[in-house]
Amino acid sequence: MTTQAALPAKAEVRASRRVPGARRNTELILLILAWLVGAYAYANVGLGTEGRLPENLALVIGLVGVLFIGAHVCVRIWAPIADPLLLPVAALLNFLGLSMIHRIDVAEKLRALRNEGPLPSGDMPAQLIWTTLALVLFAGVLVTVRDHRRLQRYTYTAMVAGVVLLLLPMLPVIGSTVNGATLWVQLGPLSFQPSELAKILLTIFFAGYLVVKRDSLALVRRKFLGLGIPRARDLGPILVAWLIALGILAVQKDLGTALMFFGLFVSMLYLATQRKTWLIIGSVMFLFAAVLGYLAFGHVRLRVQVWLDTWSYANDQGYQIAQSLFGLANGGIMGTGLGQGYPQFVPFAKTDFIAAALGEELGLVGFMAILLLYGVIIERALRTAIICRDPFGKLLAAGLGTVLALQVFVVIGGVTRLIPLTGLTTPWLSYGGSALVANWIMLALLLRISDRARRTNLEQSPQVVIKP
Amino acid sequence: MNRAIRRLGGLLAVLLAALLVNVTCQQVLFAGETKDRPGNQRTVLEEYDRERGPILVGVDPVARSIPTDDEYKYLRVYSQGQMFAPVTGFYSLLYGSTGIERTENPILNGDSDLFFVDRIQQLLSGRSPQGGGVTLTLNASAQRAAFEGLSGKVGSVLALEPGTGAILAMASSPSYDPNQLANHDLKKIQEYYEKLQADPKKPMLNRPLVSNPPPGSSFKLVTAAAALESGRYNPNSVIPGPARYRLPGTSRDIPNWNGQACGPGGKVTLAQALAISCNTAFAWLGNQLGQDALRGQAEKFGFGTSMTVPMRAATSRFPSDLDAAQTAMSAIGQFDVSATTLQMALVGSGIGNGGIVMNPYLVKEVRGPDMRVVQTASPSQFGRALSAENASAEMSMMVGVVNSGTGSNARIPGIQVGGKTGTAETGDGRPATAWFVAVAPADSPRVAVAVAIEDAGGGEVSGNGLAAPIARAVIQAILGSR
Repeated sequence: MTTQAALPAKAEVRASRRVPGARRNTELILLILAWLVGAYAYANVGLGTEGRLPENLALVIGLVGVLFIGAHVCVRIWAPIADPLLLPVAALLNFLGLSMIHRIDVAEKLRALRNEGPLPSGDMPAQLIWTTLALVLFAGVLVTVRDHRRLQRYTYTAMVAGVVLLLLPMLPVIGSTVNGATLWVQLGPLSFQPSELAKILLTIFFAGYLVVKRDSLALVRRKFLGLGIPRARDLGPILVAWLIALGILAVQKDLGTALMFFGLFVSMLYLATQRKTWLIIGSVMFLFAAVLGYLAFGHVRLRVQVWLDTWSYANDQGYQIAQSLFGLANGGIMGTGLGQGYPQFVPFAKTDFIAAALGEELGLVGFMAILLLYGVIIERALRTAIICRDPFGKLLAAGLGTVLALQVFVVIGGVTRLIPLTGLTTPWLSYGGSALVANWIMLALLLRISDRARRTNLEQSPQVVIKP
Repeated sequence: MNRAIRRLGGLLAVLLAALLVNVTCQQVLFAGETKDRPGNQRTVLEEYDRERGPILVGVDPVARSIPTDDEYKYLRVYSQGQMFAPVTGFYSLLYGSTGIERTENPILNGDSDLFFVDRIQQLLSGRSPQGGGVTLTLNASAQRAAFEGLSGKVGSVLALEPGTGAILAMASSPSYDPNQLANHDLKKIQEYYEKLQADPKKPMLNRPLVSNPPPGSSFKLVTAAAALESGRYNPNSVIPGPARYRLPGTSRDIPNWNGQACGPGGKVTLAQALAISCNTAFAWLGNQLGQDALRGQAEKFGFGTSMTVPMRAATSRFPSDLDAAQTAMSAIGQFDVSATTLQMALVGSGIGNGGIVMNPYLVKEVRGPDMRVVQTASPSQFGRALSAENASAEMSMMVGVVNSGTGSNARIPGIQVGGKTGTAETGDGRPATAWFVAVAPADSPRVAVAVAIEDAGGGEVSGNGLAAPIARAVIQAILGSR
């Protein structure tokens, strides 16, 4: 690993022009493509629902275009050698989410018109404002975090902040239970899901902590069936993580969130120590926690029962998942087309169930494309981890990719009845400011690590020389 | 660490693959099953999104879809809804569908495989999908005669074409208005539906197919057929017909309805016994023939078989494991014998069709979205109930019932009508059911009709008094409209 300080910004810009591996123009082209697809989807919503283009079409796609270009310029300036796929893919997901939220807004408006009720204001404009804010913070992270290794200094700060955030929904008054799971914090008119930000903070903490402790955690005294058995006293950290996961299960009553955080820790433990034993111990512990949760908490039990026997609960506790499956079945392979299905029948179609809404209107083809988009981001995150030279960056990038993968699995698996339903949001797609902000911050961190990692690699390859 | 990252990547790829596989299952493999699950509004809405095909009687649509400007693009409209409700059924947002609307749904909504080519054409030309039409076998004037005849009564009429099994009239009273269940105002639908449900006269009960009271004396047609088929009796055979018949093994007697012997010296011919509906003679005959012969004969007419027309009818029953007293009671259509109006029409139809019972059906033609006929019903035999000679002999006996017996109200000038009255006691204190089964014209029957009036007063006269005039009106409507 080379140790080097951040280069001056000006030199970086020049580097991006010169270095053949930077591929900023590729990113720009892909970003324009993402914008075109999103704009087409947005226009299509209007055509599909009301038979005309949305009134604010030019304004919305124009603003989104400006935001995308702005984000691209930020990357060009402050992370010029970063991976060119990350930004366009996230941008596309964000825009698709905006279009789908607008689509549900229209459905709600039409319903209100029919029932002669008050017109709902719609959530798309708010989501657009949140997108703007999220991209400003995205740029802010790129600007302030010039070297991801500096984050290692805040290992324990991140832990405290992360744990506090996780605990927030449990507090009386501000904590709020939506849909049986206590994942929200309500502050006056503002509500946010602190677990979204907590997942980044805890990834930073895990990375920083494990980098330091990995040698002792990797120590093996005995072997059993070819697997190294860790020392008893090294079980401490995983026990703490497990207890926290159990705590999440107990208080937030959400199996998916517990799985996401515990899975993240165990995965990173495995990466840091390269001992498969940890994966096995972790899996066993999680299963034990899940059984414990099932036995101890009625809400967890109900979720599992509804999952196993959805159709018997189709009119009450299983209404959402049943509606989601009706929607997916209605979509079929090609989908109903935007604006032509009934995604509004699924409760929480803009937040938890947006994947079902997209699956119905874009079909299996569209759903698979969206899953593969997540796959691309996850793959790029792991790729970044592989080429990254410093262990902290490696762990952080891989951890961020893993937490994203786990979240996508837990949420979409829940919505499509692969696993019991949870209350998390779908990254970049779901309506919700805190989630959007957190995911864009996560993307900025990935870009930062990627930029740093690729820069180091490029410098070491003989044919390229970067002159400051 | 890179090897571990790659391995972890592999694990995460497995998670992603699991999602992809699961989504494929939900959107493709399980989709058909999911769509058909109860509570799926989408399927209903999607159906309301396209023009559902009409249900036709002749060339007139009795049910059709007209475009609207609300959430559901088409409204189902029933002309003369009450009259045709037992056949069309309803098509409701809240309560699903019944009748032809339900059984012929794939044709009416256009999903039937018969329309494969049409669907491809619609897809290619970008036209919205459209359903096909169903032409019924009903005769509009017979249906009107049946419906108006039942006005104010609780009962049902079913008329068949003996040679084909085509259902010419199928009426139920009281009826309901399917328009009020098919409109788009959910609240009004619910109110109307609950009102119908609360009505003690059960307007939504499809009486001609589902209501199965004892057939009473009209069942003597079956007993007479069994007698003829046994080879031991002909219409002129003299059998005992005293004023009272002691039920074997009991101290109870069956009386005749007028309390008198059926003929001089308590003797009567089989034909005369049918004509005057002699209880004692048929009770005696029942025991001579035995329960197995009676049951066998009943089953040849369709008892014990669940018929679909294509709606499923209730199964008519001849009881089993009878003692001699029960056999005697069953021979005159009492005890646990039960028959739908459809079943008694089938009895008349089998006798009128030279002994062959045809399977009853309601759908004559299936039409494509362009109203071109794509399928025509082909009549099929249920089976032979009695020989042609015996059928002809029993037909003559039935004419005797109308011309010189209890069925005088079914007489039509210039036309020989065969018939049989019946009054069934349905239990203590419950009103009797008045029956009339008629076949006409006797020489080459074109219609067999059964009428059941469920709230009749009682006494043998009621079959003739209440039911026969309706049967006559239906026959006249059919013979008069060629």
